[in-house]
Amino acid sequence: MNYNKNPLTPHLQVYKWHISSLLSITHRIVGVINFLSIILFCIWLILYKIDQSSFQYIANFFTTKTGKFLILSICWSYSFFILNEIRHLAWDLGYGFELKTSKISGLAVFFGSFILTIIIFFSGANI
Amino acid sequence: MAEFGLPTNSKILKGTYYKDKTGSKNIKKVNVYRWSPDDNTNPRIDTFEVDMDNCGPKVLDILFKIKNEIDSSLTFRRSCAHGVCGSCAMNVDGINTLSCIKSHSDIKGELNIYPLPHLRVVKDLIGDLSNLYKQYESIQPWLKTSKTDTEKKEITQSQKDRSKLDGYYECILCACCSTSCPSYWWNGDKYLGPAVLLQAYRWINDSRDEDKAERLKKVADELKLYRCHTIMNCTNSCPKGLNPAKAIASIKKMLATG
Repeated sequence: MNYNKNPLTPHLQVYKWHISSLLSITHRIVGVINFLSIILFCIWLILYKIDQSSFQYIANFFTTKTGKFLILSICWSYSFFILNEIRHLAWDLGYGFELKTSKISGLAVFFGSFILTIIIFFSGANI
Repeated sequence: MAEFGLPTNSKILKGTYYKDKTGSKNIKKVNVYRWSPDDNTNPRIDTFEVDMDNCGPKVLDILFKIKNEIDSSLTFRRSCAHGVCGSCAMNVDGINTLSCIKSHSDIKGELNIYPLPHLRVVKDLIGDLSNLYKQYESIQPWLKTSKTDTEKKEITQSQKDRSKLDGYYECILCACCSTSCPSYWWNGDKYLGPAVLLQAYRWINDSRDEDKAERLKKVADELKLYRCHTIMNCTNSCPKGLNPAKAIASIKKMLATG
């Protein structure tokens, strides 16, 4: 029997999220954001050589509330990515697959990413 | 690109509401996915009011009660009713599980029952698993040995080697894990999925099997194996408490370390 024309049973629409699946999709999205943000960041740095005034214009933007929020967000996205990559490295070595361990490491990544963001922000603020 | 929505012929409609006729005070609303090839319409969700004072403890008992007392056309697979055969795998309350070992008292509020996700529905709660079976066949799940005749009659194995199969031989191929995996949803035609990869690992890891290198080579493929991104839905859903994610990681590790 060929059932290819039959309806498809619901998937994303009904499936419950777990910590592991939520972190997995976040990891992907954050990866794309990091990729784009590092490109924009490099362009900004290149501007320093080419066009000082526009470099300064963007630098001034970073001191506004929106600018600061943007920088904090990117600090978070990098923090999250780094911590979750460490989790992936442990997995690649064969550790941390037990349901409980993976749940704890997932929560640690999530909360740790905010702590790391604060650390990065304050250590950067003193430079 | 994966299609995240449902095709137009698969969009779910509101179905029939079956009101309780027993006058029971202990009622549970049970929403069940329905579709029949004879109806020529979209799938629908029927809601049944079930008298819980006269119902067994498992989700499968509810389905039987509906089939026996309310709507005899309700279709689902079941056989052993003891979590051994894997026939009654379905999506209960958003997670794939065997309905025969899932207690309905664990689930607060309304109970939602769907077929296993991202399959072609055959009827009601039955999904078409022929692709998965074909993939299972492709990993050649049988012992390969050059031994012949009397040698082959009984191949001994040390207790240590035997224990390497623990956590893998228990798999009953209910397909809960494979159909919980988003990677398998989007690439099910090429990616083997957790169930088949766990089985592949079971044979790779068997000390009596002489085809290990060839088995590893066959599975080492960008699409067949490496579509696993450790989402862990498989391990979260396995009703037998096995760990397909770990099995897949073990294959990857074997390939990386040679």
